[in-house]
Amino acid sequence: MLHRREFLRDMGQGGILVALLSSGLLTIPKAWAADRNQAAFAAKTVEEAFAALGAGTPAASDEITLEAPEIAENGAVVPVNVTTSIAGADAIAILVEKNPNALAAVTIIPAGTEAYVSTRVKMQQTSRVIALVRAKGSFFIASKDVKVTLGGCGG
Amino acid sequence: MGNPMRIRAKLDGEVVDAKVLMNHAMETGQRKDASGALVPAHYITKVIASCNGKTVLEADWGPSVSKNPLLGFRFRGAAAGDTLSVTWTDSMNDTRTDEAVIG
Repeated sequence: MLHRREFLRDMGQGGILVALLSSGLLTIPKAWAADRNQAAFAAKTVEEAFAALGAGTPAASDEITLEAPEIAENGAVVPVNVTTSIAGADAIAILVEKNPNALAAVTIIPAGTEAYVSTRVKMQQTSRVIALVRAKGSFFIASKDVKVTLGGCGG
Repeated sequence: MGNPMRIRAKLDGEVVDAKVLMNHAMETGQRKDASGALVPAHYITKVIASCNGKTVLEADWGPSVSKNPLLGFRFRGAAAGDTLSVTWTDSMNDTRTDEAVIG
């Protein structure tokens, strides 16, 4: 059985691993799946979350439909629906830019399941809501500004 | 244990339209109670939905998902009468599974 630590050691120089990762030749299996991506959920900013998810700087796509209200009267319950027609989409993440931790949810879409997810998120304040879609190893985003009149994360 | 979920799974053509309403406080760990003390974080971290032995949806959540979370999704490959099973696990390692028959 090959443990992660041994694997890293056997790779010899960590630089090789970093180079492979950054070049996209090697992707970390299950980074989005069975094991929760703690770093992504701990990220304070959208950029940090994207980096932890391996998304880099994703391209905007008009093939993602992000439905969220223009004005949310209650930031505690903001409905967000994401659908995409991007071929091969296998994961959808929802981020709220100005929340203490930007990443709200990551949804894995197995084959046979439609690239659609509907949920409700908390918003501390007026912010950009972002849908991040992974398809065939590439990442795309759509975003929408949602004005919050009553914050949902306070006491 | 937690409280029961409400699961609705309706077959529309070949696609099952599933809506799950979970019963969970989804405490962020940043909210203060009436006495000013922080309420500890307690939120669902993982949701797995399966049907006929196959995972049809998997989600990782942070505390930004609303209290009493709603999850809507659509999948293929199931027939009326099949069972949709949904399991959540939370940050205090509590877990709960509920099922619904696809109608």
